Order: sequence, then C-alpha cells, then structure tokens
Amino acid sequence: MADEHRVPIRSEADVLTARHRGRELGALLGLSSTDLILVATAISELARNILQYAGKGEVTLRVVNRGRHRGLEIVASDDGPGIPDVARALEDGYSSSGGLGLGLPGARRLLDEFEIHSEPGKGTVVRGTKWAPDVAD
Amino acid sequence: MTVPVLRLGRTLIVTLPSAVSDTEMLELQDRLAEEVGELGIRGVVLDVSVVDVLDSFATRTLRGIAQTVRLRGARAVIVGVRPEVAFSMVRLGLTLEDVPTALDLEEALDHLDRATGGGTGRGR
Repeated sequence: MADEHRVPIRSEADVLTARHRGRELGALLGLSSTDLILVATAISELARNILQYAGKGEVTLRVVNRGRHRGLEIVASDDGPGIPDVARALEDGYSSSGGLGLGLPGARRLLDEFEIHSEPGKGTVVRGTKWAPDVAD
Repeated sequence: MTVPVLRLGRTLIVTLPSAVSDTEMLELQDRLAEEVGELGIRGVVLDVSVVDVLDSFATRTLRGIAQTVRLRGARAVIVGVRPEVAFSMVRLGLTLEDVPTALDLEEALDHLDRATGGGTGRGR
C-alpha cells in the first residue's frame, strides 16, 4: 500500500473513507488499538470541520519519518473562508457555527503534534501527527 | 443501509454499525421517535459495542436520540462503549451527560426494567 492517501472531502461518506484510510495506514505503522481510534476520531473531527466551514477540501494521510521515529501525518486542507482568529478557534467551546466547538481543540488533544495555518478568504491547513511507538532495532 | 432494530417485549434493541453515517443516525432518531409511540415501547437499548469512532457529531446525536426517546415516554440506555472509545471521548471532552450507560445488554435491560417500573414487558 502507498505511504500516502489523498481523500477528497465533499460529503459525509468521504469523512468515513478518510478515517478508514487513517486506520489502515496507522495499523501499518504499528499504532496501538487506542491510538488508531484516537487518530480515526481526530480525522473525523477535521474532515467534518472542512464540510462544515468550507464545504469541500482534502485530507492527506502520510507516513512521516523524523530520525528513528515514524508517525502518521494528517493534513486537512480547504480553500474555504479561513479562520479569522486561530487562537480563539482552539479554545474549548468556541464555535462560529453553533456546534459544540470541539472540532479543532478536540482533534489537537487526540494527536501528538498539531498546527494550523489559516488565511481569511484563502483557506485553512491543519497538520497533525501521531507518532508510532519506537521499534526496537 | 438501515440500522437494525430488534424488538423484545416493549423494548427495542438498536445495534449501531461500526461506521454509521450522519444521515443514518438522524434517520434512526426519527424512526425511534415514531416506533416508541406506535409499538408502545418503554425502553430503548443503544448498542455501540462495534462502534469505533464516537466523534462530537455522533455523541451529540446519541444524546439527541436518548432525549427524544425520553420525551416520547420511554427510556434509553447506551451499552457497550469500548474502552478505547471511552478514552477518546474523554480526550475530546465529550460526555453523554445524563444518558445512562451499561456495560452489557443484561445490565442495560435491568436498568430499563428499574427505570420503567418493570414496564419493558420482559416478565422478570
């Protein structure tokens, strides 16, 4: 299987596809069953955010290496309206759509690394990583 | 695909599939609201034991289903939240609020029996 999957996000069925692909790739990396569920849930929240705020976008899942460490990187990108105040969007309970406001802060808590780049009017890129446990040489 | 619902006396047992779509969840909510009245249902068991992702939407919808069932005069109980899913929900900051949960089907049915004063019609 390829080390990278690009999943277009246009409908809720795509949300299910994205999290399924994330689980597959994470399983190949040797993530624990708990981590696989955290990853799938984070992908679900990020993909839903795309649908909700931008209407469409893309989730890219890939294996990344840093030294001896391997991880699963999730990039959720869209060309939507962008987030005017990223710091505020990461606060619990903040939502501009009347939702629970857990999407971004929730996804951040499920992953090991998390960053957001957003430009109002241009779109948003969220990048998160879950590192696999070290494999003994 | 329709979410399977089994009837046991005046109880409905709903088994949520592992990857349930938002649309199916919302359809289930409408369907249960109707069936509770039509069939004189007193208790609804929502079995999530094969569900591996309960994100904010799914959790909110489950709460909505439980509240709808209650407003229709019955009680709902969620059974079988997997340990990894529970861990993930806590990390996300999700709760089921006042929706009762049970470890297995037997406990869920006992809970409903008590909550409805033996009204689930299981004759125990």
